[in-house]
Amino acid sequence: MAEKLLKKGNEAIALAAIRYGADGYFGYPITPQSEVMETLMEEMPWETTGMVVLQAESETSSINMLYGGACCGKKVMTSSSSPGISLMCEGLSYMAGAELPCLVVNVIRGGPGLGTIQPAQGDYFQAVKGGGHGDYKVIVLAPASVQEMYDFVGLSFDLAFKYRTPVMILSDGAIGQMMEKVELREPIKRLTDQEIAEKYGDWATVGKQPHRDGNIISSLSLEASEMEEINLRLQAKYQKIKENEVRYETLQCEDAEYMLVAFGSSARICESTVEMAREKGIKLGLLRPITLFPFPEEGIQKMLPQLKGVMSVELNAGQMVEDVKLAVNGKVPVEFYGRMGGSIFSPGEVFEAFSEKFNL
Amino acid sequence: MNMKEELIIAGFGGQGVLSMGRILAYSGIIQDKEVTWMPSYGPEMRGGTANVTVIISDKRISSPILQWCDTAIVLNQQSMDKFEPMIKEGGVLLYDPNGISRHPTRKDIKVYTIDAVDLANKMEMSRVFNMVVLGAYLKVKPILETENVIKGLRKSLPERYHHLIPLNEKAIEVGMQHVKEV
Repeated sequence: MAEKLLKKGNEAIALAAIRYGADGYFGYPITPQSEVMETLMEEMPWETTGMVVLQAESETSSINMLYGGACCGKKVMTSSSSPGISLMCEGLSYMAGAELPCLVVNVIRGGPGLGTIQPAQGDYFQAVKGGGHGDYKVIVLAPASVQEMYDFVGLSFDLAFKYRTPVMILSDGAIGQMMEKVELREPIKRLTDQEIAEKYGDWATVGKQPHRDGNIISSLSLEASEMEEINLRLQAKYQKIKENEVRYETLQCEDAEYMLVAFGSSARICESTVEMAREKGIKLGLLRPITLFPFPEEGIQKMLPQLKGVMSVELNAGQMVEDVKLAVNGKVPVEFYGRMGGSIFSPGEVFEAFSEKFNL
Repeated sequence: MNMKEELIIAGFGGQGVLSMGRILAYSGIIQDKEVTWMPSYGPEMRGGTANVTVIISDKRISSPILQWCDTAIVLNQQSMDKFEPMIKEGGVLLYDPNGISRHPTRKDIKVYTIDAVDLANKMEMSRVFNMVVLGAYLKVKPILETENVIKGLRKSLPERYHHLIPLNEKAIEVGMQHVKEV
């Protein structure tokens, strides 16, 4: 059996990066995620797997280093927290446009602006609806435990390369700073340059191959008709992602009459709220979206015939609730409860809000 | 019966509050329990007080954020004011009276004291203060085998400090012997 370690979510991200065969990490420190790079520096993977770990001079610089690395077919990643992610959004749009794979981890802190260092989920819109300019999407995964922080690094790289798209792990200060049991998976070797050329040589800039023209990677296309073609291709890809990659988890939903929808640390808190409600004989369940894009619309819709109401619970002013409402489409009442700016609700506060909104 | 202990440890930064929680969490893993360790890392930490929430359970742990706790270990006055009201009815409050001006008043909880500062000073090793407190806690709440706690200690201490493990073990014993019910 694999060894079980006690690790912070941020540390798990770093250990996973090395063990899932990442080629490069480029980042800039910011609370509450600085342990990602600190752990990587302590582990010194450049001496074992050959992985590059580099502190860039800024977040803008980090994301553009990812662009360069991804062009060469390398598994590259960065991590930051809210204000740093805002700086990276331009680069993310470029990478989505140029169809480049990468992993960006956002350990959210309270905003807007420089905000605060405590946990929040105020970057949902930024992650799911764009952040940068243009019609693009990134796959967004929302871990709710330290083990998922670890496992989703591997999953993110798989999805990033499968669809040639940036993938974001949307976490928060609570999951990043919390320590839990984590089981390390069997390490995967980094690909050699030759393996990369064989696997990704048809698009990556791995040196011109005799059988084809040189690859050019760019998000620029001045011909409107060409740019529309690119957009259509991107939209077709997002459609495929919607069809194949939705992930979510339900808890006590079999007989539920009411349902909470929450992701990440909020979902953990809501699990306790569900336990509280069940003790009082209220049939409450929880749906936890694991992918925020693609959003588990059908998962919610399947539940509707048995439900009297849905409440979206988030550490923000009400962002995911808009997607919940789109999925519910007026069929049952949708309520929202949240706190902002780094303040966290307790399971009891969620329960009180739920009882009040549905007059229970 | 499924075991679940929800614990808050709170005091000044530098007292070893976070590392005490970490040792407990590691010991929990060694004993095949589910664990979470959730530190305060906000401005309150930079202002001098530190606290950590540790949950040790036989079953999957839902919320790592607590509304109420089974046990509070309190090591300064601010923490007493903040966490005494959070203890569940019938729960446990363990504190070091050193530096406490307002003692606990609740009658519906069990209150214990440990003179950890004095005891650690007597051992001429003020740094094992937190281990004295840990010993006192384990005496009151024997949720983990002492043997596993020592293993947890070994896991969470960097190797360069491993020569101090016997001293830490001694401190745990001293804590176990000197905890008093109020």
